[in-house]
Amino acid sequence: MNDTSKSPRATLALSIVSCLLFVAGCSGQGGGGTAAGPGGVRLQGAGATFPNPLYQKWLSEYGKAHADIKIDYQSIGSGGGIKQIKEQTVDFGASDAPMKDDDLKSAPGELLHIPTVLGAVVITYNLQGVAQPLRFSPAVVADIFLGKIKRWDDAALKTDNPGVSFPAADITVVHRSDGSGTSAVFTDYLSKVSPEWKEKVGAGTSPSWPVGQGGKGNEGVTGMVKQQPNSVGYVELAYATQNRLPAALIKNASGNFVEPGLDALTAAASESLPATPEDLRVSITNAGGTSAYPISSYTYILAYKDQKDAAKGKALVDFLWWAIHDGEGFAKDLQYAPLPADIVKRAEVKLNSITSGGKPLR
Amino acid sequence: MSNPAPTSPSPASEYGARFRSWDWRRALSPTGNFGDAVFRATLFCCALLLVLIVGAMFFEIGSNAGLSLSQFGLSFLTGREWDPIQGEFGALPFVYGTIVSSLLALALAVPVSLGIAVFLVEQAPRALARPSAFLVELLAAIPSVVYGLWGIFVLAPFLREHVGPPLQKWLGWLPFFQGTVTGIGLFTGGVILAIMVTPIITAVVRDVLAAVPVSQREAALALGATKWETTRIVLANGAPGIAGAIILGLGRAVGETMAVTMVIGNRPVISASLFEPSYTVASVIANEFTEATGDLYLSALVELGLVLFLVTFVINGAARLLVWSVTRGTSGVARA
Repeated sequence: MNDTSKSPRATLALSIVSCLLFVAGCSGQGGGGTAAGPGGVRLQGAGATFPNPLYQKWLSEYGKAHADIKIDYQSIGSGGGIKQIKEQTVDFGASDAPMKDDDLKSAPGELLHIPTVLGAVVITYNLQGVAQPLRFSPAVVADIFLGKIKRWDDAALKTDNPGVSFPAADITVVHRSDGSGTSAVFTDYLSKVSPEWKEKVGAGTSPSWPVGQGGKGNEGVTGMVKQQPNSVGYVELAYATQNRLPAALIKNASGNFVEPGLDALTAAASESLPATPEDLRVSITNAGGTSAYPISSYTYILAYKDQKDAAKGKALVDFLWWAIHDGEGFAKDLQYAPLPADIVKRAEVKLNSITSGGKPLR
Repeated sequence: MSNPAPTSPSPASEYGARFRSWDWRRALSPTGNFGDAVFRATLFCCALLLVLIVGAMFFEIGSNAGLSLSQFGLSFLTGREWDPIQGEFGALPFVYGTIVSSLLALALAVPVSLGIAVFLVEQAPRALARPSAFLVELLAAIPSVVYGLWGIFVLAPFLREHVGPPLQKWLGWLPFFQGTVTGIGLFTGGVILAIMVTPIITAVVRDVLAAVPVSQREAALALGATKWETTRIVLANGAPGIAGAIILGLGRAVGETMAVTMVIGNRPVISASLFEPSYTVASVIANEFTEATGDLYLSALVELGLVLFLVTFVINGAARLLVWSVTRGTSGVARA
């Protein structure tokens, strides 16, 4: 009896120790993510999903020429990208919309916005028997998404589209349900062209929509629009082009109806140059100029002006320099609009201002 | 050989001894065997891990939701506005959408699942039962995003063209079937959930019915019962297990995210009509978390997670209570 009474105690101790070891083992795995390999540099980035296909292409092309540098990008969403760069868990963040002043102030260091490419939002629809692309003036777009224009045979729609015979049917409005940069750009545009929209709804990644159904992602919105006759929704330009969706012409600030296209985006960015502030945080929706498409925006990479680690900082600056020069060549194939030359020059200034320990990295 | 022969004291004295002094050696291993002790300790650690994980989740969610909890208090649960731009957050439309879509799913799925399971166990010839059971299990393994896309492209148009209009024609006087049938809304969400939980409920009920002793059926048949009467006896025997299967299905319905998001319309409104868009708690978290900026917004989304936790607790608790009240007195039958 005596010897058997000892062993359970030992077992209890053993099991507690093994439990603790297990827990310790679990908690110990988090660290060491960005450790550089021997002689190499490893960079981590995270953020916007919209430019992800292009960024992955860049990383693969850049990786071919620079075997000693390993860069990873995770498309977790702009919100996540801003959060992670603020918490310094990544070396660069990415966001479709520029960061707000509050967010910039609460960051532990000065963050720079480096524009990479341009994207746009197009209005797509499902109208049987209408072959020619529809034309929308800004007030009509706002009123449809405010629920004020309820039917396709509304007089305002007929004025914009002479010769189109609209069905006598209700408009089914479809919007994004997931928080998204696409919604942010679209609502930013609506806030600029409609005072009522600005007051009632405002601009943001997840606005409180007055009417309509929400579809998850570009594919969700597209699915809903394709399956529901007499519906209207909005998606990214790249997605609409790849899937050959009907895309409406939008009347821009100069009064021209403009077809969404890559050159029309670069034109919108060029037209907005005088209004672009020094930190490059700018909204280019409703841009002037005869050929500018009005619902477009930059997408940005976020990086600290003062890099803690000189080797990593140098690798990051070199990569971004390559991206806004050589990298732009890959943009059009993937349906992103390249930056206008003047913005590339201003982004160069930003990259040249990045330092580590007071020393410039380029 | 060294094992002491376990004496078996009378139950009463063992009960008393337990109260007099808690014998930790015996608690660790009733037989005093070293191997048993290790075995028991290992199992205990596994069980403890589960409790720790739930506790840690609860703590983490609770602490991250702190800002929203202090800002809105109880009005978070009763608020109907969800406007991240204005900073107004209320969870009521999401809770409503979650509960209604789940209950609708169960109302549609439970009769069908019971029918399939009874057929497979009681009626189908073996050559048919085996492949059918395999198919049911295959359905349970389809990823929910696939269900969602199928929902948009096949189910929603079908319901809009062939199910909505007749429902509105015959039952349109009820508030549940008014408004425009667009194919996207609470009704479609409920139907797709029903399709998703049917294989789960069917698979479990099938196992439960198969576990009912053959002697029960033979006894019923020997007394001259019809197939229908025999089936009723088998179902009554399996009642607790069937209830467990339904709770399992309910759990899946409440927590389902992707498929529902695709077809429910994602609008935080409370409307009696099942044809109107709605929104569920799990969907709004999945939709908005990645792009949420601002501490209050994030905190409100985390608090929604807490609300989902509570909703699940309450529904599960209510279901358990129901099972308990129904099966009181029918002890000693097959339990799943």
